[in-house]
Formats: sequence, structure tokens, C-alpha cells
Amino acid sequence: MNTIPKDLRYTKSHEWVKQNPDGTVTVGITHHAQDLMGDMVYVDLPQAGAQVAAGKECGVVESVKAASDIYAPVSGEIAEANAALAAAPETVNKDPYGAGWMFRLKPANKAELDGLLDAKAYEALVASEKH
Amino acid sequence: MGLRTPLYDNHVKMGAKMVDFGGWDMPLHYGSQIEEHRKVRADCGMFDVSHMNVVDLKGAGVRDFLKLLLANNVDKLKTQGRALYSCLLNTKGGVIDDLIVYFMDAQWFRIVANAATREKDMAWIGTAAREFGEVKVVQRDDLAMIAVQGPNAKEKVYRALGEQLRGLAGEIKPFHSVTVGALHVATTGYTGEDGFEIVLPATAAAFTWQMLHEAGVPPCGLGARDTLRLEAGMNLYGADMDETTTPLETGLAWTVALEPADRKFIGREALEKQNAAGVPRQLVGLVLEDKGVLRNHQKVTCDGAGEGEITSGTFSPTLDMSIALARVPAAVGIGERCTVDLRGRPASVRVVKYPFVRNGKSCFG
Repeated sequence: MNTIPKDLRYTKSHEWVKQNPDGTVTVGITHHAQDLMGDMVYVDLPQAGAQVAAGKECGVVESVKAASDIYAPVSGEIAEANAALAAAPETVNKDPYGAGWMFRLKPANKAELDGLLDAKAYEALVASEKH
Repeated sequence: MGLRTPLYDNHVKMGAKMVDFGGWDMPLHYGSQIEEHRKVRADCGMFDVSHMNVVDLKGAGVRDFLKLLLANNVDKLKTQGRALYSCLLNTKGGVIDDLIVYFMDAQWFRIVANAATREKDMAWIGTAAREFGEVKVVQRDDLAMIAVQGPNAKEKVYRALGEQLRGLAGEIKPFHSVTVGALHVATTGYTGEDGFEIVLPATAAAFTWQMLHEAGVPPCGLGARDTLRLEAGMNLYGADMDETTTPLETGLAWTVALEPADRKFIGREALEKQNAAGVPRQLVGLVLEDKGVLRNHQKVTCDGAGEGEITSGTFSPTLDMSIALARVPAAVGIGERCTVDLRGRPASVRVVKYPFVRNGKSCFG
């Protein structure tokens, strides 16, 4: 199983970012992040229309074990939150890069995307945390 | 590398996520903590609890020694095999540990105490035994322990370990035990479900675990063990109580035998004083009425009665809501509403009696 897809970008706080053809980006948390947290029981996401700032917390995921903030990878406006997660937070564990996505975001400044980690850099980050 | 139980290799082979627990490498879960929790409530599951401290106390004076050492009274143990839950107290009435004591025979009692408190327990018990005399303290590191819990646990144990167990262990009441060959089989547990705790030679642990697995008992980790015990309203040492807490402040007054009045036990004076002055704090259950999850150490504010703190908070898989145990002022009543600081956001909680869940069913409306 590929736990760090090559075509995504990543943050140091373990969010993944996918660029969509319509100019928005989709954001979720990585396989590594959900594995560290364990079974998800509660997800609190920003509402559509909310303005978020790069590196600032904009939501919360809670597992049986712990609560963890979700940080906005880039600044912009929330286009859509994944409403299905409220009733089925375990989707984040089962399919972190697919059905477990958190929100879509319209970036205010596309240049911020270049500052994100690529798969190789994120893999190195995960490896360094394991030691 | 931490300490390892005889089942370490079994856990790794079964894909466990291993974590440090009081110096031991223990399985947190084998994939999903919530699924393991649900299996124990609906069917059964097994836990490696070999990290727990099994201590045999032997000698002519052992019963009298335990009457002095423990807050509960071992004179309640009249028949061989009977088990008793008790706190081990310091002279201030603070809880050094909680444990189960088994009456094995006239000159032999067995204690099963917590893993993380092993060193201080042994120092305390060792000193007390030397002062008392006539008691030998033997730590049983040659033993392992497997808990099989859930409505179908006993049937699957018979299937795995032999039908003769049905006749020998199947009829014993809760909080009893029986010795069958090399196995010490007890009807105790930490989940609020039916089942056995089996003490066995460490050398037989891996094979027994495998037999149980082949009989359809899924392995469960410490994660599920914690949510199960919390639903069952059982104290966890180090979270819900410690040496700064008396049993009276943590819902364990029922385990303190103040009668007969002439039994001197360590901590008695302090508890009598606290009873006379009024116990200032109590352990209550909380259920969260807002969204989110209650966590250990969050502040609880109760209008008019003052403040308290959550000692164990989690998400309850059985009730599908967040629950907690909390220490609050004695004036707080069941049914009242308090406010918890949920990561900077005030959230409403209802004060309830615990247990939250017993034998698979919710205990409140």
C-alpha cells in the first residue's frame, strides 16, 4: 500500500494537499497522521465561506486517544467541507486520501502552494519522526 | 526497548501497534481499538495482562498480615478460591495501588496488582512483611496472565482449553477462582462483562494464546481495555486515583472495611478522620451533551459547588457519545449540569451515576 502518494503535496503538520483542475485544492490528513491517532471519533471542519490563514488551525480531529488540530496548508476561502465525516469519522482511517478528505479550499495566493513539501520531502519527515 | 511479556512475539505477529505502558512494550490495538471494544461487548476478546504484578504471600501469619496491609478485609474470604478487590493505602489513607487478592489456601494468598506501580508496591509490601514477620513475599515473574472477556468468553475458553474446564470453572460465581492443573482461573475482569482471567505458566502463554485465537477469540489491546473499563465505571490507578486520593474520594468506600472496628489496618486512622470531618470530593460520571470528546485533566465547573477535574475521559463506543469520570466537590448532585473547558470552548456535561455500561447495556436513560 502506498502510504505517501507521489502526486500530492504535504505540510509538516501532516495534511495532504491535492490541486484540482478548477483551481481549488482538496485537503486531508495523511495515512501516517491517522495511524498515529488511531480510531477517529469526531471531526470538526470549517464552514464553506470561512477564510483560513496558512499555518493556522481551522478544524479539529479527535480519535479515541487524542485531539489534534487541522492546519490550513495555504490561505484562502473554504469552498466545501466533507459533510459525510460528521456521521462517519472512521472514513478518515479507512481512506485518508480518498473519501476521508476534509475540505476544499480556494487559495488566495497560488505561490503558497510551492512552499509545501513534495512526497519525497514528506517521506523524509515521517522517517525522521520515527527515530 | 521496554520489558516484554511472554506474548510479545504473538502481538507483533498479529500486527499489533506496540506502545510503552509503564515500562512495558504492550499492544495498543491490532488495527482498530473501537472494533476490539465492540467485539468484547457483543462476543468476546482476549487481553495480554501479563505485565501485571502477581505476588504470592505465604506463611502461617499471612491472613493476619493482609488484615493489616489492606483496606478491605480478607476475613470476607471464607472459601478457597474467593477473590477480593482492595486498595493498598499509605498511613495518610492515600492509595498506593489497587489490587485483587485471592485466597489460595490457609497459608497462601495471591495478589494481582498494577504493572506501573510494581517497584513501590514491592518496597511497601516487603517492608511491611519484614516488620510483621511470618510472611514470605514471592514475586511470580514465572507466570503470565490472559483475560478473556465478553458474553461468549467462557464458551470459547472451554472450546480452546478443554471441556473439563466447564465443570470446574463454569459453575464458580463472580469474584471466585479455581486452580485447574497449572491454570489459576478466576471470574474477575476489568471490562464489565462475563469472562475469565487466567494465570498460567509463562512458558504456556504463547501456546494458550494461539489456542484461544483458533477458537475464535480475537486479540484486544490496551486501548480497548481502557474504554471498556471506563464504560464499566472502574477506577484506573494513576488516572482516577493515586497517593493524593483516599478511597472515599474515588467511589471506593465500599471496598474499605471499617467493620469490625477493632481491625487495625494501614490508613484506617486517616480515613476515620476524613469520614468524621466530611469527605470533600467525590468521583462522578459525566456525559457530554455537546459535540467533542472529554479528556483527562480538563477542568469541570459546577455552579455554586466549585471546580473539579476530569480524571478519565474518552469516547464511549457502546453509547456513541463522550463519557468521563471526574473528581468534583461533594456538593455536586447526580443529574446536575456542569461546564467543561473543552480546549478553550465551554461545553455542557450532565452528572450521572456510573457504571455507564454493564453486560453490554447502557445503565442510564
